Amino acid sequence: MTGAVIQALFSHWRRHKLQLATLLIGIALATGLWSAVQAINAEARASYQRASDQLALGLYDELRDPSGTIPIARYVTLRRAGWQVAAVLEGPLRLNGRTVQVMGVDMVAYPALPAVTQIEQSETPPDPADMLTAPGHLLTSPELAEVLKALDGLPPILQSNAVPPDLILTDIGVAETLLEKPGRISRLLVLPEQPRGIPRLSDIAPELERVEASSRLDAAQLTDSFHLNLTAFGLLSFAVGLFIVHGTVGLAFAQRRAMIRTLRALGVSMRRLVWMIMAELTLLALIGGLLGLVLGFLLAGALLPDVAATLRGLYGAPVDGQMTLQPQWVLAGLAMAFAGTLLASGQALFRLSRMPLLTGAGLQSWRGAENGHRTTGLIGLILIAGGFVVGYAFEGLIAGFAMVGGILTGAALILPYLLSLALSAFQRSASRPVAQWVWADMQAQLPGLSLALMALLLALAANIGVGTMVSSFRLTFTGWLDQRLTSELYVTAADNRQGQQIAQWLDPQADAVLPIRSIELAHKTGPLFLYGIVDHQTYRDHWPIIASSDGVWDRLHAGKAVLINEQLARRSDLWPGDALTLKEGHTLTIAGVYSDYGNPTGQAIVSMPQLDRIAPGADTRRFGIRLDPERATEMAQALRDQFDLPRQAVVQQAAMKAQSLAIFEKTFVVTSALNVLTLGVAGFAILTSLLTLWTQRLPQIAPVWALGLTRAQLARLELLRSVLLAALTAVLALPLGLVLAWALLAVINVQAFGWRLPMYLFPLDWAYLFALTLLAAFVAAALPALRLLRLPPADLLRVFANER
Amino acid sequence: MLLTIDRVQKSYPGGRPVLRDVSLTLDQGQTLALTGESGSGKSTLLNLAAALDSFDGGEITLSGTALSPLDDAGRATLRRQCVSLVFQQFNLIPSLTVAQNLTFHARLAGREDADWTGQLAERLGLSDLLTRFPESLSGGQQQRVAIGRAMAARPKLLLADEPTGNLDETASATVLDLMLALVADTGAALLLVTHSQSIAGRLDRHAHLAGGHIA
Repeated sequence: MTGAVIQALFSHWRRHKLQLATLLIGIALATGLWSAVQAINAEARASYQRASDQLALGLYDELRDPSGTIPIARYVTLRRAGWQVAAVLEGPLRLNGRTVQVMGVDMVAYPALPAVTQIEQSETPPDPADMLTAPGHLLTSPELAEVLKALDGLPPILQSNAVPPDLILTDIGVAETLLEKPGRISRLLVLPEQPRGIPRLSDIAPELERVEASSRLDAAQLTDSFHLNLTAFGLLSFAVGLFIVHGTVGLAFAQRRAMIRTLRALGVSMRRLVWMIMAELTLLALIGGLLGLVLGFLLAGALLPDVAATLRGLYGAPVDGQMTLQPQWVLAGLAMAFAGTLLASGQALFRLSRMPLLTGAGLQSWRGAENGHRTTGLIGLILIAGGFVVGYAFEGLIAGFAMVGGILTGAALILPYLLSLALSAFQRSASRPVAQWVWADMQAQLPGLSLALMALLLALAANIGVGTMVSSFRLTFTGWLDQRLTSELYVTAADNRQGQQIAQWLDPQADAVLPIRSIELAHKTGPLFLYGIVDHQTYRDHWPIIASSDGVWDRLHAGKAVLINEQLARRSDLWPGDALTLKEGHTLTIAGVYSDYGNPTGQAIVSMPQLDRIAPGADTRRFGIRLDPERATEMAQALRDQFDLPRQAVVQQAAMKAQSLAIFEKTFVVTSALNVLTLGVAGFAILTSLLTLWTQRLPQIAPVWALGLTRAQLARLELLRSVLLAALTAVLALPLGLVLAWALLAVINVQAFGWRLPMYLFPLDWAYLFALTLLAAFVAAALPALRLLRLPPADLLRVFANER
Repeated sequence: MLLTIDRVQKSYPGGRPVLRDVSLTLDQGQTLALTGESGSGKSTLLNLAAALDSFDGGEITLSGTALSPLDDAGRATLRRQCVSLVFQQFNLIPSLTVAQNLTFHARLAGREDADWTGQLAERLGLSDLLTRFPESLSGGQQQRVAIGRAMAARPKLLLADEPTGNLDETASATVLDLMLALVADTGAALLLVTHSQSIAGRLDRHAHLAGGHIA
């Protein structure tokens, strides 16, 4: 019996090959887009973990000098006093136009590094002494090794897959030479095993600060928000793909009701049928899921280099640009395909299992569906209200996403009811018979198309919302760059001494030389970078302050107040008038909060004398130089010549802005790609819905044809119908998209990145999207319309045939 | 002559002939029953007369217009202006109300007459059903709407394909009575396809189709 039932069930797909293809493509798209995002996230997280494991990052407490580097003498003092510490010297190095990070460690004292162990355990290990003696070796990833091999004057290179990308791991002695920092140490790792009775740190090295491992943000924590945003987008794409599956399965089940009834009449129990249909769906999910995994892998491979560049540029997070196939990713993708298919088919399966044996074989009545629209519309309203309640009642990113999810899902559920109301109104106002029929027929088509239209609504709203967010961000960011980057030139000296020389040399030639001096402090929210500034009109005129109390700058320069960035303000809920403790004994009143887009960490500004009191002797290597903009290029060259500075040490304002904007644009490459893909999937959903509804259309079209409309007229009306429905959906998507944009700018961004952005409106973008939507709907309807145009009258006459 | 079917030939795809040199005429105000076994080509002939399908040989002339030279648009215009159809499956437009269905063809033909439609609704017993949708009506009610739709356009020729085939005996008699009365009142010609000899007996003329020929 099972064989016969299988044959009967599969005969449906043999006769409806397009429907089968649509179903598989729906599963594949849903799984593919979701899996691509998951693959990117998993790859990035694996990279962070690798880097953390390989370099022992975030595992140990550290000693740092807030003023800058630690002299080697202090290291010797600590070791002699019994402190078990390991020295690390690190810094950026520009090689052949590429910036790499150099990390020099004391190979003897530093905790065992897997990369070194791996090399030592290889078949032909290098002499361990090589790693310890000059000129030493450089350990890099194979990809970086290829780049470095082309350069002269570097020590021998050993390759290891265990080393993160863009990092040179080497002995601290080699690093001193490469970074030109002889006798300096960036930080000291405090090893877990410390002898008893060692002197207190404050007694032998009072200038050093112990930073606990837990108070530092690692790459995984820093980038959590970024990955959560990607996941949310992946989930949206997954949902849009499932709309296709839901629609196709629903239609297939409706078309198979007669067959199911016959099978049951022939003695197959409903329980057996349900199990067999579930097995059938599982098989389809497996095939679609595998296709989706291939799609996801290719998509992730294409997007990962940009994501890696973004994460490196934005957060300094070490991410490989290479994809590796991981078994858990395959299993998770297949699980999503199964879960998604069952979720999308659950309702149809449930209704089928409850179908009485003697029920009619016809499709569901559309007027019954209209009542269903009211119910789903009500559920939609409840979801929207619930979303707002959650968004306002709870804090945090998850609550923000729950709010957005509630609004989007609710709006999608309300859509058919709103469209139905609009179509009824149009029908009432129509006077010509064809127009009246078109509106009424659109309403009749609504149940079959509503899922595709919901998918379109979500994709359009996401497009408008994310587009508004990105464009608002771009506009704000550009304005903010103009405020923040006011100096015509930015110079970075090799060391403090050269910095002083540069400042003296520039003094008579520039309008102003503004030193940029900073130290890193620990705060409960993570690292806090404290900057000192001199009193200059440039800051008073341009600094992008978003909240302030009276006399901000006067109080700041009197050493009584501090300015903090928006990220720190929001994370710590600190606002003008509150107090901030920068270091023990240094508590200042917050005079203002400024915007600081793109910075993942907290930042504060005090007067230069105040900074000197908090961290005496901090290096001043960077300067902003105010001068006549027309002299900027000439001055930049003069500085390079005078102090033998590398090209990148003197940067003009325009170049810095261009660089910042380039990083900004790259950040949204993935978002834009997912945006376009989601819209594409929605367009495909309309096409598949129209194609799968094709067989149902004939009984509705044939009578009108018989009454005197030509096939060409009917084909044109089919196109018009699709375009009109898409247009109505697009009109409804606009307010939803703007609500989404508001939620992204005012809730999600604040929770994820710590800054709130003003919202700008871009009507031209909407007009473009509207036109694109109409075009997509036209293209999607073109195939069914063409079919209708070429349909032989005999096929239409079959509708009237008595012996069917 | 309103309708002239002159040595018309028609084959199904694959070449099997269904109509061989069929000839038939029908004048204004006449009623003709076309009978024959299943598959004899009755519905095919009716479809050809309605300009719904094309034929392979011969000619059909409807209201002085030869059908074979007409393109799709020409055939559609002829259907709109001269012909009305009543099918066994009713084939109402499910998305329109009874009132909208009733006036639909007449409005397409540009001959809407509210008084006439009102009279039709009254005579067909549809006055209380005007705001309802076809799916909520019984088979007899739906067929009465289909007849009303057909007659509202004041056609020269009414073509009916087994109009009572889906109805019980009582409903069938009511529908036939109404249709014949309306045809007589408007002076339209009627070509009716049926299996029933008793129905055929109530019409002016009777033609039997067998083996692709009029017997």
